[in-house]
Amino acid sequence: MQSFIWLVPGLPLFGAAVLLLGGKRTNAWGHLLGCLTALGSFAIGAGLFFTMLGKHGAERSMHQHLYSWVPVPGTGQNPFQADVAFQLDQLSMVFVLLITGVGSLIHIYSIGYMSHDKERRKFFSYLNLFLAAMLVLVLADNYLLLYVGWEGVGLASYLLIGFWQHKPSAAAAAKKAFIVNRVGDVGLSIAVMLMFVTFGSFSFGTVFGAARGATGGTLTAIGIMLLLAACGKSAQFPLQTWLGDAMEGPTPVSALIHAATMVTAGVYLIVRSHAIFDMSPTARLLVTIVGAITLLLGAIIGCAKDDIKKGLAGSTMSQIGYMILAAGLGPIGYAFAIMHLVTHGFFKAGLFLGAGSVMHGMNDEVDMRRYGGLRKYMPVTFGTFFLGYLAIIGCPPFSGYFSKDKIIEAAFSKGGTSGWILGGAALLGALITAFYMTRMVIMTFFGEKRWAQDAEGHEPHPHESPSNMVLPMLVLAVGSVGAGFLFNLNDAFVNWLEPVTGPRPEGKLPSGLNSTTLSAVILVAVAVGVGIAVLQYGTRKVPAVAPRGSIITVAARKDLYGDAFNEAALMRPGQYLTRTLVYTDNRGVDGAINGLAALVGGTSGRLRRLQNGFVRSYALSMFGGAAALVAAILFAKL
Amino acid sequence: MSSFPWLTTLGAVPLVGAAAVAAVPKEKADLAKKVALAFSTATLGVAVAMATQFKKGGDRFQFTETHSWIKAFHINYGLGVDGIALVLILMAAVLMPVVLLAAWNDADESQAAGKRSVRAYFSLFLLLETMMIGVFAATDLFLFYVFFEAMLIPMYFLIGSFGGAQRSYAAVKFLLYSLFGGLFMLAALIGLYVASGRHLSSATFDFTTLSNAVAAGQLGISPGLAKALFLGFFVAFAVKAPLFPFHTWLPDAAAEATPGSAVLLVGVLDKVGTFGMLRYCLELFPGASKFFTPLVIGMAIVGTLYGALLAIGQTDIKRLIAYTSISHFGLITLGIFAMTSRGQSGASLYMVNHGLSTGALFIVAGFLISRRGSQLIDDYGGVNKVAPKLAGVFLIAGLSSLALPGLSSFVSEFLVLVGTFERYKAVSIVATTAIILAAIYVLWLYQRTMTGPLKSGLEKMTDLRPREVVAVAPLIALIIGLGFYPKPVLDIVNPSVNTTLSHVQKQDPAPAVNATQTLPKAEPK
Repeated sequence: MQSFIWLVPGLPLFGAAVLLLGGKRTNAWGHLLGCLTALGSFAIGAGLFFTMLGKHGAERSMHQHLYSWVPVPGTGQNPFQADVAFQLDQLSMVFVLLITGVGSLIHIYSIGYMSHDKERRKFFSYLNLFLAAMLVLVLADNYLLLYVGWEGVGLASYLLIGFWQHKPSAAAAAKKAFIVNRVGDVGLSIAVMLMFVTFGSFSFGTVFGAARGATGGTLTAIGIMLLLAACGKSAQFPLQTWLGDAMEGPTPVSALIHAATMVTAGVYLIVRSHAIFDMSPTARLLVTIVGAITLLLGAIIGCAKDDIKKGLAGSTMSQIGYMILAAGLGPIGYAFAIMHLVTHGFFKAGLFLGAGSVMHGMNDEVDMRRYGGLRKYMPVTFGTFFLGYLAIIGCPPFSGYFSKDKIIEAAFSKGGTSGWILGGAALLGALITAFYMTRMVIMTFFGEKRWAQDAEGHEPHPHESPSNMVLPMLVLAVGSVGAGFLFNLNDAFVNWLEPVTGPRPEGKLPSGLNSTTLSAVILVAVAVGVGIAVLQYGTRKVPAVAPRGSIITVAARKDLYGDAFNEAALMRPGQYLTRTLVYTDNRGVDGAINGLAALVGGTSGRLRRLQNGFVRSYALSMFGGAAALVAAILFAKL
Repeated sequence: MSSFPWLTTLGAVPLVGAAAVAAVPKEKADLAKKVALAFSTATLGVAVAMATQFKKGGDRFQFTETHSWIKAFHINYGLGVDGIALVLILMAAVLMPVVLLAAWNDADESQAAGKRSVRAYFSLFLLLETMMIGVFAATDLFLFYVFFEAMLIPMYFLIGSFGGAQRSYAAVKFLLYSLFGGLFMLAALIGLYVASGRHLSSATFDFTTLSNAVAAGQLGISPGLAKALFLGFFVAFAVKAPLFPFHTWLPDAAAEATPGSAVLLVGVLDKVGTFGMLRYCLELFPGASKFFTPLVIGMAIVGTLYGALLAIGQTDIKRLIAYTSISHFGLITLGIFAMTSRGQSGASLYMVNHGLSTGALFIVAGFLISRRGSQLIDDYGGVNKVAPKLAGVFLIAGLSSLALPGLSSFVSEFLVLVGTFERYKAVSIVATTAIILAAIYVLWLYQRTMTGPLKSGLEKMTDLRPREVVAVAPLIALIIGLGFYPKPVLDIVNPSVNTTLSHVQKQDPAPAVNATQTLPKAEPK
């Protein structure tokens, strides 16, 4: 089975290549090929999973070396050697199954969702490209190959967000996502370079084995650079601003990229690099701070959005914040970061697909103030969305309950003041999550109809989506319901990952707290969040136009001024700098050189004559040069 | 086969081609084009055949030929290629048929208007190819200088006779700058020759003799003189490359040249500058090179960011591409003067990759411009709607320019950065921020020209024609192919780089932690 690993990313890459090169000729069957390669990849992944199950924990890691990619042996002791080689261990396995599994469902959903789009074939080629890149990212056995997958998903998301690029807003959002991600990529670049000068290698095995030999400062620097990379890809503070805009892409894209896979890449990177973070408490502390800030930031933004997809985007940011927080807690949290990542993959993808289904039935309307009462018209969508909702707010025994509770508990277990602060933030986040998700469900599916005509004057006729859209939603709903419980049975998930992330120490909650009371407190917080939302949106009429709102609401609607800050601090000074430079380059530098040339040439008048294009002058100069040469040589001979 | 004069043959094929094209009657413009394409393709064939005979890790210079030329001054017709020269010649040979195909109709208007003829245009291209092969293949410094200067002549006419409205100004500016730099090199060349006559058994222009004498400490020029001679060569190369602040001729020249000429100008001719730094500056004046390293690195890092920032601010597509090249030349120079194998192998590979990616970018930009007749970014918008293939290849060329992993330039750019990082961490970190700027200038250009609503006047824009697809496809294939499998090129380049480094007496720094020694299993803190 081991020798099939390359096919996991290979199949979707093949699909993307065929669809892109084949062009219109593949229109008729392009979407089917796209689905087949995704499903094929999933089947191979499942086969590898069962192979893995048949082995003992420590022997489960598989390896496949394809070829030598970038060899520069150099003149010193350490060769620069990057290979195209894959490593499939328990951690990668989780991601392979999530990416190909959820990815396949989203492919199938897209057949229906994109059925009216002339460019559907192209859409599937981008989806396939995305899968391939994401799989390279999680299967690479060294950081440089990981980088290929890392920016590959960046490219795929650029193409997918900007899929409707005739819309200026979509094109701008795509560009923004790529550029903000690139800021993070600088971090990854520097991290890899640091690894190379420190360890003479950037392959996982060598780096992790030798990490102990490096100084604390170096490891912290590497950790911080990896964190910067993670912030870009996972939309964490302060690089979170691209995610909301990225909702310009078609909905399945939002589900695939922004819920189940791409934004979790940062979590993968940190957990994968645990050997480095294990050795640097400073870097870990920074990770937890970023996670805690983002989980609150995203949740607050989620509360104020009327656009259903942007609300879910804020929620995604917040939930990834939980995962980053857990990853930053170290060995006590790694497994739960990944577990929440998987359960979130199910319920958030389900919620996004549900939102897409609603939009499909409502003439692509995204404003929740123009929804209302939809549960009767779209019962299956409502049902699956509601299960996803229960999962995300952490209602027992749905999947989010298991994973999120563990993270909050782990945060409190960190101990000391920081433990209280982080735990408190995570707890508060759970309350806000319950609020905004309840608000979303009520505004969409309950209450009275607030439907409005679309721009072309069509009345909405909400209807249930076709079966190829509904089926993936049902499957994801099953995951939202049962995954957490299954993972937690006999600590199955923690044990599965143990060979990769090391043994998980038992956390000690601060005195006065125990697991049961904490669970109860969390449930109360969730209930309070639900209660406030029901009071505000369930018992009162939802105005069709958003009320002015408090200062916080206004700020949250503007994504807490993330964009405004970037514009004032970076964009405008940057534009000013560029303009100044363009001006001085034309006048100053060029002028100075022209002046110098004039000086050398004797008078500027002579130069001007040259500029009129006298070829003779050139001949003359050549002749002068040659004469000088001959004279000099003669001189030397004498 | 070793005695077969590969390099002379390689240089002669396009020269014969140039004569043949010039001999085609003026009215048969189409025939002239086909003859030119046939000869350039034949040249590529010879180049590839020659490359298969190259022995990796064999002698440094292979396919050597030495014939006395001007006996009195010990000037030889000396040819030979090391790995770096070989891959650059291959790149030039690949670009030429591509450029000819892309430039197929460039000169039609000129001929129709009774000005310069089509056959002259294509003949000049082939003449230029001979010069380009010669300049990389020369192992005699005087011969190198002759090609270095003679190369200017066909390019001068290509820009000055077939370019845009400001072509005369641009062509003369290009010429003056190059000439200005060339004179410095000429002076230094004479100085070196004189010095060799004083200290060696006989005066010589032979590169191998000179560089071996330098390495063995036999040349005996004083450090002060060496610095002066270094500067003579360096200024010539810095103007050619061009490095900040000698760059201002390039945007004008590239903007006024036809896209085909611009490809050769930026893609190949300018590489002579960085090629010259790596081979001649470093090996002939190792001490002076080290002395001036801080200055050169300073110019390189400023140029890297400066070029990128200016590219962002451009309103003209071709000027924008020219400024991106100034940024890339900064990175190449950085890699060379980092004096690490990573930096220099990366820089050598970068020279090839930059030729491919900028070549593709100029060519596709040329397709675009020929459809609308304007180089201004503002005149475009929404092109993807009417010409998706054109937009697609434009994006791939752009992504290659911003060094997307998986495409060829990523490998070289990363090697340059890592090679620089090994010695100058802060410089490399600053240079790394250029990847953000690159994303901005490429994607913003794409956004403004290809996305959004269709600009009026573009409704009838046609997508790529079969000729254009054939022209650009090999470049795209190489950009992707060398991104996933750069090893063949690196294997050719690496030994040459190691030779250079040993001449400069620089070793790659060792890693801080010896990863091979066994360490106890890490315990989490």
